[in-house]
Amino acid sequence: MTAPQLFFAYFAVMITVLSLLMITRRNPVHGVLWMLVLFVHIAGLYIFLNAEFLAAIQIIVYAGAILVLFLFVIMLLNLKKEETVKKFQKHWLVGVGTGIIFAVFSVSIVRKIEVFPQLGKYTIEAVKAEGNIMTVGKVLYTKYLLPFEIASVILLVAIIGAVVLAKKRIE
Amino acid sequence: MPETLWTVLKVFIVVNVVMLHVAYVVYFERKVIGHMQARLGPMRVGWHGLLQPIADGIKLFFKEDIIPSSADKPVFYIAPVIGVIAAIASFAVIPMWEGFSLANINIGILYLLALSSIGSYSIILGGWASNSKYSFLGGLRSSAQVISYEIAMGMSLVGVMMLSGSANLTDIVNAQSQTWFIVSQPVAFFVFLMAAVAETNRTPFDLPEAETELVAGYATEYSGFRYGLFFMAEYAGMFAMSAVATVCFFGGWKGPDVWFLASIPGVVWFLLKIYGFIFFYFWIRATLPRYRYDQLMGLGWKLFIPLALANIIFTGLIKLL
Repeated sequence: MTAPQLFFAYFAVMITVLSLLMITRRNPVHGVLWMLVLFVHIAGLYIFLNAEFLAAIQIIVYAGAILVLFLFVIMLLNLKKEETVKKFQKHWLVGVGTGIIFAVFSVSIVRKIEVFPQLGKYTIEAVKAEGNIMTVGKVLYTKYLLPFEIASVILLVAIIGAVVLAKKRIE
Repeated sequence: MPETLWTVLKVFIVVNVVMLHVAYVVYFERKVIGHMQARLGPMRVGWHGLLQPIADGIKLFFKEDIIPSSADKPVFYIAPVIGVIAAIASFAVIPMWEGFSLANINIGILYLLALSSIGSYSIILGGWASNSKYSFLGGLRSSAQVISYEIAMGMSLVGVMMLSGSANLTDIVNAQSQTWFIVSQPVAFFVFLMAAVAETNRTPFDLPEAETELVAGYATEYSGFRYGLFFMAEYAGMFAMSAVATVCFFGGWKGPDVWFLASIPGVVWFLLKIYGFIFFYFWIRATLPRYRYDQLMGLGWKLFIPLALANIIFTGLIKLL
């Protein structure tokens, strides 16, 4: 195997193993920690794909903000009871069914992906010449401005919703 | 192959220089605060106490490593290590003099922000894994504080990135050859400085380890070398933040280009500026009382983040005109 192949193999195997570790932990905090390691590996894969900006954002947003909030909530809830509950509940069949449906969808989507498509405008060289951040910024604020703004509004709605819910309890 | 070896050697040298600084900055801190309080500081070990850091290091290394019986052992073990790694890894992208940085990457600033967010895990996990109320409260306080101030810090650096047109730290230094960004971005610098103090959990924002309320906060149950690692992470973090402030606002390795001053090598200027920031850290520690927790959060969310946002808009307008 060549070096890139080895590199990819390591990340692919590790991401799978870490995902399994994450969902099988009894202690939710340990689950979150494996997820942190998982995110770091996903960031590594992004760097491997020459998407260094995405890798940094992956760590800053997911590991730095979202996962810390997860930890915060889990620690405050004190889920000691969860650790003693049996791993297989009576509705495990529903879970398996959902999983299979999701797997079928994923496989059918992955099969449609062309492995070596016609190269578009944004080749690795073009992105490198202009810089990662510049390229993403230009595309995001021109071609995809509307979807970007819609996403911002959706996030704003969520923030306002959270504030409203938090306010209610005080009154 | 020789190039790889050379890189490894450079990493080794930089890490050791940083560690030596971390050891002696504690001595410097005790001396500075001592003199500010009309004391002498450490005097006993060696000439004017110069060997004190080495004695402290040896003591910490050989002390018993006590682990609480109900602690979460793997997490307890790994928490301080995460902190040290994150703090020291920050130095990989800092340009120390013309053309020298371990890794000259295009996303330098983002890399630093990512590492500082990884570093906060060390405190949260240390607090949680100790299974003690004081530690846990310290950990929770720290997570809330670090998330809040990280936003302000990230946004204060956006102004710098807009002016230099790059997130590469070497490019940022080169963009300051005419005027330092402290002149054109004073608001961003102010927000960054305060956020840096909060990020490294230093007085007046040292709520996570507030001695008077929480014993030693997240580090209460730690002893021996693991405690030493937390200590190292905090001081290495201070150096990293000072280095970022130097690079982003004070022209990095560039000194005044006049008279004999021009012949002084860049690394001297770089270190002098860093020492200035470190002195500032100690200065405010000896001067200011600790904030209350709600004041700290109010300050972060209601003053620093709006200030940083306004600075981004203002910088954008100036650039457009």
